[in-house]
Amino acid sequence: MWDWEFTISILPLLLEGLKITLIATFLAFGFAVVIGFLLAIARRSSVKILSLPVKAFIEFVRSTPLLAQLFFIFYVFPKFGLVLTPLVAGVLGLGLHYSTYLSEVYRSGIDSIPRGQWEAAKALNFSKARTWISIIIPQAVPPIIPVMGNYLIGMFKDTPVLSAITLVELLQTAKIIGAQSFRYLEPITMVGVIFLILSYVSSLGVQWLELRLNQR
Amino acid sequence: MSEIVTETSNNGIQNSEPIVRYQKVSKSFGDIEVIKELDLDVAPAEKIGIIGPSGSGKTTLIRMLMTLEKPTSGTIEVDGELLWHKRVNGNLVPADEKHLRRVRSKVGMIFQQFNLFPHMTVLRNVTEAPIHVLGLSREEAEERAITMLEKVGLKDKLDHYPRQLSGGQQQRVAIARALVMNPKIMLFDEVTSALDPELVEEVLAVIKEIALEGNMTMLLVTHEMQFAREIADRIVFISDGRIIEQGPPEEIFENPKHERTRNFLRRFNKNN
Ligand SMILES: Nc1ncnc2c1ncn2[C@@H]1O[C@H](COP(=O)(O)OP(=O)(O)OP(=O)(O)O)[C@@H](O)[C@H]1O
Ligand SMILES: [Mg+2]
Repeated sequence: MWDWEFTISILPLLLEGLKITLIATFLAFGFAVVIGFLLAIARRSSVKILSLPVKAFIEFVRSTPLLAQLFFIFYVFPKFGLVLTPLVAGVLGLGLHYSTYLSEVYRSGIDSIPRGQWEAAKALNFSKARTWISIIIPQAVPPIIPVMGNYLIGMFKDTPVLSAITLVELLQTAKIIGAQSFRYLEPITMVGVIFLILSYVSSLGVQWLELRLNQR
Repeated sequence: MSEIVTETSNNGIQNSEPIVRYQKVSKSFGDIEVIKELDLDVAPAEKIGIIGPSGSGKTTLIRMLMTLEKPTSGTIEVDGELLWHKRVNGNLVPADEKHLRRVRSKVGMIFQQFNLFPHMTVLRNVTEAPIHVLGLSREEAEERAITMLEKVGLKDKLDHYPRQLSGGQQQRVAIARALVMNPKIMLFDEVTSALDPELVEEVLAVIKEIALEGNMTMLLVTHEMQFAREIADRIVFISDGRIIEQGPPEEIFENPKHERTRNFLRRFNKNN
């Protein structure tokens, strides 16, 4: 049943798809890392007209399905004149979705900094920006790195949903191969195997990071 | 110099403009008023020991001067300038961040829990603010920092992290970190109460040395009565958000006029 020769022959195509999957993952993650941080800061702000809308936005994004958000960005934005390629729409949708989760992670990291650190910074007359750069971020970020790593893996495993907005990533590539060759077993199985290997290896990496950070 | 004769006149520090002036300062947390229309003038270079029962508002009083708590009403002046307000066309308006930072630069504070930056070495704890707040070069900041760390007896710990130091050593680093900013006014909030008893003396010795140098204005909230007596020019006894009694240490400790001061000192002596 299983055809090894066929499997090997489709590998280059699948790896092309994997490349798109990885590009989408890392771009979206980079976007989520930055936007998530801004959301976390805005949400902590004492300026209510900033913090309340941000809070509502985070709630909204977290309680609606990623697929619906992607459809909105890819199929509805053009109605308002914003036409995006599948990759850009995918990165935007996935990144925005995960930025709301990461903002909560940042928040837990920031909240874990004792009040005395903020007060010492103020007593030394640090500016707000300098307080973040020198005192808060260097202490808040290391403990949350493993959690962020797990979100990166989760995001990677969510990328097949981008095939719904026509991005030819790994799963979509496999589907196309299947449709053309009438053989679905090998391509789809290989997609599973590739995801399994990469997720497993990365989660080992996260565990290693966690150990290292705990030793400090 | 001026017509202002403060209540410190009986300490030999007279006729100078106060460097700190609380006027009708009140502070509430929710419905609870913890400082009640308090007035206090502090002369330049004066050392004030602030004593009083737990919860009487001592910490809140000095935290307002460090801009860590905002007064509910009243004004605080530092070195002739309003701290929490600005004067615009003769009206008082809330100070902006720029104004706060300028006036705040004259004040430093040492905390009960040290509040060192745990991710930085001793040297970096002391140089970070001179470099990024005062704008000194790294070399200049390190030179100054090492001088201060030498003064507090920790010149050999430059590369240590706070967690590698004893509480007494950590607190001395915190003192060096505050001193290097060269504030005119230094606030101490029970700086030895988190320390093991055998480490208290080394920290008090450093503070005493700073006090003896003379020119720094110091407000010390303390439960170390003997220490307060040795270094303070004036003792201020606070209870329930008000100054109940103040005067030279001998007077307050040996001959308190007020019933509440007597009770406090009696209870205090019994417990210690
Ligand atoms: N951030 C805050 N929120 C609410 N209440 C507060 C806050 N800070 C202080 N208080 C209350 O204000 C009162 C005065 O507190 P403060 O810490 O100034 O007292 P203290 O004289 O320093 O006491 P202690 O000797 O125990 O340190 C207390 O009743 C305290 O519970
Ligand atoms: Mg206190």
